Amino acid sequence: MSDYNMQILICGGTGCKASESEEIRNVFNDLLGEYLLEDEVQVVTTGCFGFCEKGPIIKVLPDNTFYVHVTPADVDEIIREHLVKGRQVERLLYRDPHSHEVIHDSKGMDFYKKQIRIALRNCGFIDPENIEEYIARDGYLALGRCLSEMTPEGVIDEIKKSGLRGRGGAGFPTGLKWEITSRSVADQKYVVCNADEGDPGAFMDRSILEGDPHSVIEAMTICGYCIGADKGLVYIRAEYPLAIQRLKVALDQARAYGLLGRNILGSTFGFDIELRYGAGAFVCGEETALIHSMEGSRGEPTVKPPFPAESGYLGKPTNVNNVETFANIPVIINKGAAWFSAIGTEKSKGTKVFALAGKINNVGLIEVPMGTTLREVVFDIGGGIKGGKKFKSVQTGGPSGGMLTTASLDTPIDYENLQAAGTMMGSGGMIVMDEDDCMVAIAKYYLEFTLEESCGKCTPCRIGNKRLFEILEKITAGNGKEEDIDKLRMLSHVIKDASLCGLGQSSPNPVLSTLAHFEDEYLAHIKQGRCPAGKCKALLKYVVVEDKCTGCTLCFRTCPVGAITGERRAPHFIDQALCIKCGICFEKCKFDAIELA
Amino acid sequence: MEKITSLADLKRIKEQVQSKIKLREQSASAEKLVQIRVGMATCGIASGAKETMSFLIEETEHQAIDAVITQTGCMGYCYAEPTVEVTLPGRQPVIFGHVNRERAREIIDRYIIKGELIDGMIPVNFKTIDE
Repeated sequence: MSDYNMQILICGGTGCKASESEEIRNVFNDLLGEYLLEDEVQVVTTGCFGFCEKGPIIKVLPDNTFYVHVTPADVDEIIREHLVKGRQVERLLYRDPHSHEVIHDSKGMDFYKKQIRIALRNCGFIDPENIEEYIARDGYLALGRCLSEMTPEGVIDEIKKSGLRGRGGAGFPTGLKWEITSRSVADQKYVVCNADEGDPGAFMDRSILEGDPHSVIEAMTICGYCIGADKGLVYIRAEYPLAIQRLKVALDQARAYGLLGRNILGSTFGFDIELRYGAGAFVCGEETALIHSMEGSRGEPTVKPPFPAESGYLGKPTNVNNVETFANIPVIINKGAAWFSAIGTEKSKGTKVFALAGKINNVGLIEVPMGTTLREVVFDIGGGIKGGKKFKSVQTGGPSGGMLTTASLDTPIDYENLQAAGTMMGSGGMIVMDEDDCMVAIAKYYLEFTLEESCGKCTPCRIGNKRLFEILEKITAGNGKEEDIDKLRMLSHVIKDASLCGLGQSSPNPVLSTLAHFEDEYLAHIKQGRCPAGKCKALLKYVVVEDKCTGCTLCFRTCPVGAITGERRAPHFIDQALCIKCGICFEKCKFDAIELA
Repeated sequence: MEKITSLADLKRIKEQVQSKIKLREQSASAEKLVQIRVGMATCGIASGAKETMSFLIEETEHQAIDAVITQTGCMGYCYAEPTVEVTLPGRQPVIFGHVNRERAREIIDRYIIKGELIDGMIPVNFKTIDE
């Protein structure tokens, strides 16, 4: 084994690196040499601790001491006091912001962890293809308790008390949905799991199904018991082959163990689950369209009411919940509604899984309590913006959502606050944008997505979105007019008011939201013919800075369209009419003599 | 497989599985038993987790290291795929990111054999439901 007695972990996350963590490491290495401790103490740089606001951060092993805001000048004291004499350097320890008490002991060292994994509890821990590993971590225990110790009403009551709301986007209270479906009288009912995850940049449902398929199977079975259904269906996109395969393996194992089928765990209750594959149409995430698709009809939404709880799959009462919603259920039963509802905010209980993507350092899957602020998500857990660029906004809710800006950084994230900020929870994609992202182009991107995914049933959605898209194209091409802004707003409201389903009703949201927060960017495109982020090609203008140009002819020779003219050793000239804005001259110039005007 | 027919049955099986794991951890060879988990969700596999896993299996076999290597789902550190968690006997699990063949070799040679930590390990930054 290792000869080291102690290890110093230095956070090498981008935030801490920016605040001298590398320098701290160098000083440690130098001073450990001087103190002749280099064979006893190992210094290691780690990934991000997720506590960047207190960086640079250092952890000492084996005693788990956690030092914050460390500077290179503190290293000597840490070595003399802590490593040599075994005394913690009090002034560098973390102070609890409420009690102002210093945190000494290693058990209290979890304060920096801003995530709690409930829905993701088994992802990355168990082998998803081995049911025994699931059982070892309390798997199917909740089902067992429900069947042998609780009535369906009792279970529904517990879910209602927990405050769990739908994680697919709209946030409808789950317990209430179950109750309504349970009260519908019919000879046959169905439980449906909506695994038609379609927002660009969202992948939490896939990860849950790939990492912990049994949690969804167990929860669907519990739901079946509550609402009086003996059949469940998972509607999953065929684009998720690994999730499908793991689900199939899990279903087979659950049947082999008697956890699906007749007389589950010795009760009179029977339940089984089938898979239905979707072709990857975004609108099929809408529950009525999803049900039609499962029935073999076109995936088009229909008017509600009747709600699926009254008349859903094959005209029978159907309870539709999202993957993440289901994944929370077994924990609520095992830990109790009180435990669950202690986490989160007043009206939004528990946690939410987010898929962090875009211009952020720690791209990944996170699960935070409701009420965590956007700042904590982006700058602590996400490790801040890539390349030290400036934060501009976060897109949440996918093509149905909107932008959160710097003004919302300290807003606690929950259903109500996001809605008040003009966006929505959605399924949980968070796409982070920096100063280089053009908000008009982003709105155009989302509209392009909706255009392709609109089922075409309602005219405002089918044609209105096309017109919106054309106006945005005009603006990004530099041909926008001031009245276009009013047109965008008016048309957006018509589409929202006159579309049948959630897709159409929310499709103009990216336009309205970017207009609300970044109207100046639209105006810069229209009035000044300028794209502030430098993204819209048609508005870019490359020019030669005559003072810097040495007349080396490099740009002249590399320009693919011959737009650059000039004599050797004399400043060159770019013919704007010929220039295709490819940027090659800009990249090639060794003297920074080509600028973006 | 014998079917589980009651809650008591389920609890018994849970204990059996748990004690099987404990037994493995407390067996005569437990001092040497290394547990390795490889994140094998779509993201991990796309980044080369399958190759990493087969290399780990071959190499631990080749070096006669007593190791249990299993697949698991997404650990959430997509920016650092493939991710691998290593639990040495009596120590806290450690997660490593960007584990390609070279890094897998480094983990075996330095962490598993010598117990040295390696730059770039990922600190666990979440609480579990049992905390």
